[in-house]
Amino acid sequence: MISREEIREIGNNGIWRQNSSLVQILGMCPLLAVTTNLVNGVMLSLATLIVMAMSNVAVALLRNLIPHEIRIPVFILVVAALVTIIDLLFNAHFHDLYLVLGIFIPLIVTNCIVLARVEAFANKNPPLQSALDGACMGIGMLWTLGLLGGLRELIGGGTLLAGIDMVFPALQPLQLLPADYPGLLLAILPPGAFILLGCLIAWKNWVEARAAARKSGRGHDGTPLAVGGSA
Amino acid sequence: MTHFTTPPYVLGQASVQRVMLQVLLALLPGIAAYVWLVGACIVLQLAIATLAALAGEALMLRLRGRPLRLFLSDGSAIVTAWLIALTFPPLAPWWLIVVGALFAIVVAKQLYGGLGQNPFNPAMIAFAVCIVSFPALMSQWPVLGLKLSLGEQIEIIAGLAQRIDVMSGATPLDSLKTALKLGEGAVDVPTLLATQDVFGNFAGRGWEWVSGGYLLGGLWLWRRKVINWHAPLGFLAGLSLLAGTLWGWNPQQFANPLFHLFSGGAMLGAFFIVTDPVSGCTTPRGKLIFGFCAGVLAYIIRVFGGYPDGVAFAVLLMNLCVPLIDMYTQPPIFGMKDAQ
Repeated sequence: MISREEIREIGNNGIWRQNSSLVQILGMCPLLAVTTNLVNGVMLSLATLIVMAMSNVAVALLRNLIPHEIRIPVFILVVAALVTIIDLLFNAHFHDLYLVLGIFIPLIVTNCIVLARVEAFANKNPPLQSALDGACMGIGMLWTLGLLGGLRELIGGGTLLAGIDMVFPALQPLQLLPADYPGLLLAILPPGAFILLGCLIAWKNWVEARAAARKSGRGHDGTPLAVGGSA
Repeated sequence: MTHFTTPPYVLGQASVQRVMLQVLLALLPGIAAYVWLVGACIVLQLAIATLAALAGEALMLRLRGRPLRLFLSDGSAIVTAWLIALTFPPLAPWWLIVVGALFAIVVAKQLYGGLGQNPFNPAMIAFAVCIVSFPALMSQWPVLGLKLSLGEQIEIIAGLAQRIDVMSGATPLDSLKTALKLGEGAVDVPTLLATQDVFGNFAGRGWEWVSGGYLLGGLWLWRRKVINWHAPLGFLAGLSLLAGTLWGWNPQQFANPLFHLFSGGAMLGAFFIVTDPVSGCTTPRGKLIFGFCAGVLAYIIRVFGGYPDGVAFAVLLMNLCVPLIDMYTQPPIFGMKDAQ
């Protein structure tokens, strides 16, 4: 069914090597708009993760039935149906958070990373592998958006997990920096997201360059640049 | 008796260090007027900004594996630091200046590749970042006539003393805008300028002399051929052309060009910021266009926008257009009819 080697490969691709935000630079629109705090970033990624895993399975099952010429509309229909389910679930169970995330939950349909995985992976691979791929891509997005949201929240306001009570009513946000911390508002605004994302990409490239240098035992000339990407 | 010599001549050495040193010298008249107006806290702010900028520069040079001594001694970080200290409110808390200086050096300068590589003016980036992030602190200017001893000023800057609301007010530009907005057409500019205490002979009381100091230093820089006339003249022309047109059309609602030239950061911007050789245009015609558009934008932002002054945003917006302007204003190669 699925070999250990395959699991490792798919997992590594999704979470680190082909990370949707840091390498493929996909899904920039929700990344910029939603990662103003950790909870928003994680919850939107979680919704995307579920949609990606399910749409990958659905498309992998149907891949031999879908005519090649009209595959994109079919993919979109499948994804849209799944997003509608998630949208209704969020509305029912996390209504406050649903109001905060607003349009970005329905917009998961148009998130390039969902369609990209369906087209590039699920359309050519069996369901089990596709499910794992969708989930791992989602995990990659989850930790990136969580980290970005956490950093922006901490620098911008000195808190962490603001709005956690919308998900778990028993929990309270943490005030990590002193209450009179003025807050670098820039971090919360869109430029802050761009600057911090740039720093994260630089950090990832630096880690990989160091690993490559250690592997080859001598100098390096940097890692391949991240390519492509849009909304 | 006249000596005739033939070229080639030996030219004086124009190093980065020398240019930067002259820019610093040219800032001194303005700084002197500023100290006379507000107090010695300016010197303290200049020192804080310089230390923070040099520390940031040293850290980034080290991380990037560049020679420390060469780049630290070129003085470019100090110019950036001084421009930051002069554009921020004089009684701003010390950490605000440090945040501005570090952001300018670390993000706006070194992350783009260091001296000569930054597309944006680092000092203006610092101003923009801080006014967007801390709008309240960045618009608290000391009320004139408020006499604070140096000790009290240091306490306020260090954050030891309570920041009193009475001590802070708006800049002359901001006061004018607010008064016009509150008056809803019932007040007019000439009356305001004549009656309100913040306005002096032709611009803000006292501030007009600080601007005059910058003008003096700028003219000296031009005489020394450190800067060309194109960008400053373009800037001042753009600002006064728009100000003059609107003033001529409705002198009740718009202040005269002289007020705008000597208010806010206009003079500092004209001679020390749009003349930045790195983030500004390279070609002579380009410099003129760059300065002119920055002047027009500065007027639009300061009069119709929400921020107290528009020079920083105007310069940053024009920095974005620099490659385009330079491309279209390349002078023809000597002997060629047209530039391609």
